Parts: sequence; C-alpha cells; structure tokens
Amino acid sequence: MTPVLELKEITKRFPGVLANDHISLTLEPGEIHALLGENGAGKTTLMNILYGLYQPDEGQIIVRGSVQKFHSPSDAIHAGIGMVHQHFMLVPVFTVTENVMLGDEPLRPGGFLDRKTAAQHIRDVSQQYNLMVDPDSYVKDLPVGVQQRVEIIKLLYRKADILIFDEPTAVLTPQEADDLFKIMRGLTQQGKSIIFITHKLREVLDVADRITVIRRGKVVGSTLPSEADQEKLAAMMVGRAVDLELQKEIARVGDVVLQVNDLSVLDERSQLAVDEISFDVRAGEVLGVAGVQGNGQTELVEALTGLRQPLSGSVHLTGHDITRAHPRQITELGTAHVPEDRQRDGLVLTFPIYENLVLQTYYLSPNARGINIHWDDIHKEAQTLIKEYDIRTPSAETTAGSLSGGNQQKVIVARELSRPIKLLIASQPTRGLDVGSIEYIHTQILRRRDDGVGVLLVSTELDEIMQLSDRIAVMFRGKIVAVVNAADVTKEYIGLLMAGVHPEDARGSNANNGSEKEETRLTGGGSGDE
Amino acid sequence: MNNSTDQQPVEKAPEQREDAGKVLLNEITNPTPPKGKPRRGIGQFALIPLLAIVSGLILGAIFIIITTQEVYAAFGQSFSAGMAEAWRTVVTAYGALFAGSIGDPARIIAALNAGEAGEIRRAFNPFLESLVTSTPYIFAGLGVALGFRAGVFNIGAEGQIFIGAAASAFVGYSLKGLPMIIHLPLAMLAGAVGGGLWGFIPGWLKAKTGGHEVINTIMMNYIAFRLSDWLLTGPMKRPGSFNPISPNIEPSAVLPRFFGDPIRFHLGFFIALGVAYLVYWFLFKTTWGFDLRTVGANPFAAKYAGMNVARNTIAAMALSGALCGLAGANEVLGVNYNLAMAFSSGYGFDSIALALLGNSHPVGVVLASLLFGTLRNGATRMQVIANIPIDIISILQAVILAFIAAPAIIRTIYRLRTPSKAEGAVTLSSWGGNK
Repeated sequence: MTPVLELKEITKRFPGVLANDHISLTLEPGEIHALLGENGAGKTTLMNILYGLYQPDEGQIIVRGSVQKFHSPSDAIHAGIGMVHQHFMLVPVFTVTENVMLGDEPLRPGGFLDRKTAAQHIRDVSQQYNLMVDPDSYVKDLPVGVQQRVEIIKLLYRKADILIFDEPTAVLTPQEADDLFKIMRGLTQQGKSIIFITHKLREVLDVADRITVIRRGKVVGSTLPSEADQEKLAAMMVGRAVDLELQKEIARVGDVVLQVNDLSVLDERSQLAVDEISFDVRAGEVLGVAGVQGNGQTELVEALTGLRQPLSGSVHLTGHDITRAHPRQITELGTAHVPEDRQRDGLVLTFPIYENLVLQTYYLSPNARGINIHWDDIHKEAQTLIKEYDIRTPSAETTAGSLSGGNQQKVIVARELSRPIKLLIASQPTRGLDVGSIEYIHTQILRRRDDGVGVLLVSTELDEIMQLSDRIAVMFRGKIVAVVNAADVTKEYIGLLMAGVHPEDARGSNANNGSEKEETRLTGGGSGDE
Repeated sequence: MNNSTDQQPVEKAPEQREDAGKVLLNEITNPTPPKGKPRRGIGQFALIPLLAIVSGLILGAIFIIITTQEVYAAFGQSFSAGMAEAWRTVVTAYGALFAGSIGDPARIIAALNAGEAGEIRRAFNPFLESLVTSTPYIFAGLGVALGFRAGVFNIGAEGQIFIGAAASAFVGYSLKGLPMIIHLPLAMLAGAVGGGLWGFIPGWLKAKTGGHEVINTIMMNYIAFRLSDWLLTGPMKRPGSFNPISPNIEPSAVLPRFFGDPIRFHLGFFIALGVAYLVYWFLFKTTWGFDLRTVGANPFAAKYAGMNVARNTIAAMALSGALCGLAGANEVLGVNYNLAMAFSSGYGFDSIALALLGNSHPVGVVLASLLFGTLRNGATRMQVIANIPIDIISILQAVILAFIAAPAIIRTIYRLRTPSKAEGAVTLSSWGGNK
C-alpha cells in the first residue's frame, strides 16, 4: 500500500531555533498516527508546514505518491488535508451550517446562499461518520465537545481524507475525549487517515495505531502501542527516565486546617452549583476532589478562596470564619491558591515575571514600605525563585505571556508555595502541561504536604487524583457523594462515582471489595477544633 | 462590548473572547517584546510611533500638494515644473511649520550674534509658545494615560477640562486678598477637584452599576459643556459684560510668566513635568499604582490577588479626571486668566490620541504632547506664510494616530517583524464584560 502522506527530511529553522530537524513521517491509509512530544518539541511547527502555514527550509511533502508544495492552507485543503486546531476556528454567533459552509458556500441562482443544501450535506456527513450535530443550532450554544465535532464536519464537508488533530483533548472532559476517540476510530474505519498530535501518554496508547515521538525538533523513535508503555514513551519524550509513579511518604496527618459545613454556592446563572457539602482538610494530607468538569468544583474553589459569595453554610480556616471573607484576608490567613484558569486568574500575562511573582505580597514588608514598592529587592528575590522553581525564561523581565504553559504554571506555583502557608488549594494544577512539568508540580505539591500543609486538590484527571490524594472526595452534581481513603479504592470505583453511580452500587467494581472500609462520609460540625 | 452582562459564558469558550477594541488597546498599551528575547530598551517602544510620525508627515505632504492650486498649474506646463512646484510647496509649508513651532534658525543666530536680550527672547518665542500649547496636552494626556493603565477609557477629558477650568476660575476670581502661595495652589487644586469629580461619577457608575464609562463620560462631556455655558451666562458671568465670559482671576492666582509680553511661557509647563514624574512614580513605584495597573491589565487576576477592582476603577477615573481638570486650570490660570466659552479647542479629545501615541507611559505622553503642541503652534504660521489651511495639521494628527492605532500597517510598510501572538488572550477590562 502506498502511504497517503509522506514527510521526508523536513527541516525548518527559525532565528536561533532549529524547530524541525530532518523529520520524516509516513501516514498509511486508515491509520491513526500519533505524534508525541513535549510542548515546544516542534510538533505544531511540523503540522503548520504540512498545512501550508509555513514553508519548509528543506524536505519534501508527498501526498499519495506525488510531491506537493503548499503555499497556503488552501493548497493543503485542496490536497485533501484538513486540520482540527486546538483553538476552534468557529464563528460563535453563526449556526453550524453557516460555519461549515463558510468559505465554500453553495449558491442558489441569483447569488443567494443555499443553506438547505448545505444543511442536508451536513446531515449526510454527520450520519455517515456518526457525528451527531444539529445543523441549525448556534455554535455558541454548543458544548465544547460538540463544537469540535463541527470542526471535524467542516473538514469532511471539504472532502479531506488526511485529518490532523492538534491536541484535540486539551479542552475536553474525559467523557468528551472518549467520544472523540470513538469518532476518530470510526473515521479511520471509513478510510480516513489521522495524525494525532498530543503529549498525553494514555491517549496515545488508547487510540493510536503507530506512535512517533519527537524531541527538540528530531524524531527520537517510532513504536507501536502494543510494544510501548507510559514509562517508555515518557522517557523517549523527555529524554530521561520519568517517575510516573510518585514516591509518596505516609501522611502524617495533623489538625483540621479547613472545615467546610453545609456549604451551598450558586453559579453565574443562579443555579445551585454546590449543594450543602461538608468536608475537612487536615494538615499534612492531600484531599483530592474528583469529578467530571462542571459538577460544582469550580464554584466550590471560588467560594473557598473568596472569589464567590456562598449562599449558605460556613467555611473555617484554622478556626477563623472565612465564609464571606475577602480574598486577601483568606490569603493572609495562609491559603495558597493555584487557580483553575492560570491565564485568566493566576497571571497578568502582560506583566513581567517578577511582577507576577509578587501579585499576592507586593504590599507586604519587605516588598514594600508604606506605599513604596522596592522593586530592586523583588527583582533579586525573583531571580532566586526562578532558579529554585526551575522556571525556564531568558530573564525575570520576560512577560508571563511569552512563557510556555508549563513555565507559566511554575511561576504561579513558585509564588504560591514560596509563602508560609497552611492550606494549598490547587485546581487543575497540571492541565495542559507536559510530562516534565507535571512531574515537577506533583513533587512540589507533595513536598508541601510533607511539610504539614493541608492540600485540597481539585482535578478532573483521575490519574492525578489517584496518585496524589490521601483521601478522595467525589463530586457529582454539586454534592459530595463519597469521601474515601485513596488506598482502599480502585480507579474504576472512583470513575463510577464520578459518573453518578450510587456508592452502594459501585461497590461491586471495587477490587478491594472484601476489605473495604466504611466510607467516611464526613458531615462536619463534630470536629472539636472550633 | 458583545457581552455586556456580568455573566461569563457558561460553556468556556475555546479561546478567550476577544474583540477588536480589546486587541487594539492591548496592542497599543502593551507592546510585546519579541518572544524569547529581553526588551531592547526604549527603541523597541519608540520605533512604531516614530515611523508613524514620519509616515504622517509624508502623507501630509501629499495632502498639501494635492490641495495646492499652483501645483496643478505648474503640472499644466510640464511634468518637471510640476514636480518642482510640488517640492517647493511642501518645503515652504513644512519650513513655516518648523519656523512657527521651533523658531527661525536664521533669526535665532542673528539675535544671538546681536546679543540683545529682548530679541533673543523673541526669536525663541515660537519654541516657548509651543511649550505653552503642549502644557495642557501633558496634563490631559497623563489623565487619559492613567485611565488606560487602569483599564478605563476616559473619553470625558474634554468635559473634565471644562469643569476643572470653571472651578479654578471661580476660586481664582472670587477669593480676594489671599497671598499667592495660598491662592495659586488653591486654584489649581480646585481644578483638580472639579475634574476629579467629573471623572469620579462615571467611575462610580461603572463600578456600581456596570454602566460603561465610554458612554457615561461622553454624556458627562455634554453636561459639562452646557453647564459651563450656563455658568458663563448666569452665576459666573462678568458683571457689566455682554459676552459670556467670567471675571478675570486675581493676580495672586496667576501662574507666573518667566518673560515679559508677548512671551506667554509660564510656570504651568514645569508643574506639568513635575506631575508627569508624580504619575510615573505613582504608577510604577507604589503599591497603589500596582493595584491600578493590575486591575487594568487583568481584572480577574486582580480580584484573585485580593485587590478591590471596583474601588480601583473609581479611583482611576477620579484621578484621570483630576489630571484633566488640571489641564483646564492651567489654561485659565496660565494663559487666559478667565473662563470663556469653548476655550479648550479639543485638548481633551486630542489627549486621548496622544496618550495612545505615548504608549500610556508618562514619558511617552510628555513627548507626544510636545509633538502635538509643536504641530498645533506651527500650523498657525504655516497658514499665514504658506497659505496652507490649518486643518492640514488635524489631518496629520489623524494620520499619525491611525498608524499608531493600527501598528500592523506600519509593520507592513516598513517590513517589521510581527510580535509574538503569545499574549493574544490578554484582557483589557474596558471592553467586553468586566467583573
């Protein structure tokens, strides 16, 4: 079989950087070929070359046996190549039909748009490939996972048969990701070929037919999922052995740090997002909050950190009532917060790193005396933190916005963990990060736990919850359905709870069924710390 | 402003909502150094404005040429005659602009050789007069720039100038018998308070009700114009005068001039420079300024960091208004000595432009103000000598501003490298849903 696509010795230089160094890649018909590499390894550059956005300095692109030169994406589209971008290219206020036909509109006589034909075509395509989408709904009303389907339909509508998926799961919930993988397999069964760009190891092993790993612009190896495991792939990606299994000391649990009683919180639409939940976090332990995105975790964290007023209930931090406290009071009582959306809440992207490092402490001695900020001292301290927390940056003056995601997160972690703290609230601390950064941030979180900090870890990544937590609270539709000891449960059991299965019914799937301990459903209020 | 309610989108949009205004303003106020390289000092920031000015002058020359009858007549004779006439026209026009704003080099040299003090002063007067024209620009430009830094779009500078002028005029003429050391600062302060109040109101409305400050400051402008009309025909009208003009201020409230008539150069210019330094210190060296800048650059992060977004928004608008009010006070106390209708001639609106031109940085604002003051001052002479309509200066300013506002044009013309897109998601709270 001739490959549908061959990249031969592709080389691309940017000033000072060799982004792609003689990369070769073949894509067979009907296969899912995963391109695995850390952020900045050159995956996206390579795909932009394939998509006609960049011209390669050297090398050839061969599509179905003939050498092609792409000067623009329209050349690539013409050759049957389509790309699902990480950030969708959709017009939110247009309908699905309008978005799909955009740029390739069927016309009725007289130059009017023929929406009907287009909509029918979309229905046909979505039926053929099992992509359920209503052509008449507005894109802004669709969940992210469905928006992504619209992107895929756009490509199929243009008869693309080589599909590039650029980090497609970064914006998806685990369920949506599973749906996507089903769709991808369906597509290949019908003869489409897929290049799947990612840095998530598990996804690669789940869905790929073949895996090519690149590091620093070079292909470091190709392998099959059956011959690889996560450790091997991680080592290839990072270039050294990576500890995927964290070495965790036994928790030395102390007093209650955070005590939450019957807390209820409303979301933006005034719907009950957090429904009378109670739990506590003790010094020296990690309480993981598991749950599918959108089950109230965001609102819970915002209420705990003072960013959102709770409806009712109470929150106590080391004995202080912080139920309706201002964020600054909560911070000053010793709370660190690694926010869910680091670019929106955690950083000022246009500010240099050293200013971002004092976002919480700029007004305190020794950073300031009175209203005078001592930038020289802050600058020196920033240099130390950059070294200590391994922030890869040309200088402390570099704006946070020009750092990679992993380094942005390190800036936040450095700022939050370098303060004396009693409680760490970490929300999706490793979302979108590469393996190396994830390992680093996990280590830092555990280090603070061992120092006696109480950690509340909120994550939709079940692996992360299982690895770090001492106890796990599962949130479903605003309620905590169970709080269990991490050592006593399996991943499958937590997964079922996350999906809303009643703890009693889920018990059967718990491997440790016989020795399972009573679920410690904490109701709070009984603690003697208040 | 596509999402003016407080609600955030329920489904997280794949990319943060950006609209043109946000991107534009962000582009202007936060130039991105090229990825991976440290900043390259002032040149990095000044390059685009400088190229914009050069391009503006070139385009202005083209306008001058195509609006001059003699050029057409000369082209009627021959092409070379036409080119020569076009060249001559532009040289005359820009020569007059230069002489009118900086001074006539020949006259300056002659005066220096003659060594007569009065003549030297008169020879330098065009330059000093440019500084006089620049002074209100500096005050108002600083006001608007401070607003930009805090993420508010103060379109109300013109109204704040009027209210500031009215307040300082009232203090200037109504209080009698005070020593200058008390009266003058009091009159300046009155201007700041008046303008500050005019900025505080839309700031408060924004913080408490979400009413957009662009709309509200524009409305406040109209209120200010009509209010000062009423004041001048009513309570503040000069006794015995038929014109809508206030009484003259007491000599003790006058900003002292450094030279005799006709040289109007006065203390206000140095006060403006001092205020520029204060604004710089405030914005970049104090905790309050850090609050303000953080709220402006990312209100979400500001809230996360425990800053009071609403209070900072109000403070920024009030301070912005106060600085604009000082511009009005400066004109009354330093130049006009009374309040008259329509005295400001658009300083407030120009100041929005020059705050952008100056990158919302105090140093940039001072430089941009000097440029605008110089252009405006020289335009008068250009009109007299070269018979070029004064409006050409407005065109020039508009073109320069258009280039500043759309740096992509300048980058394309001069083939500059585009900055990295890494900061595409940054917000400027003025536009779009803010809370």
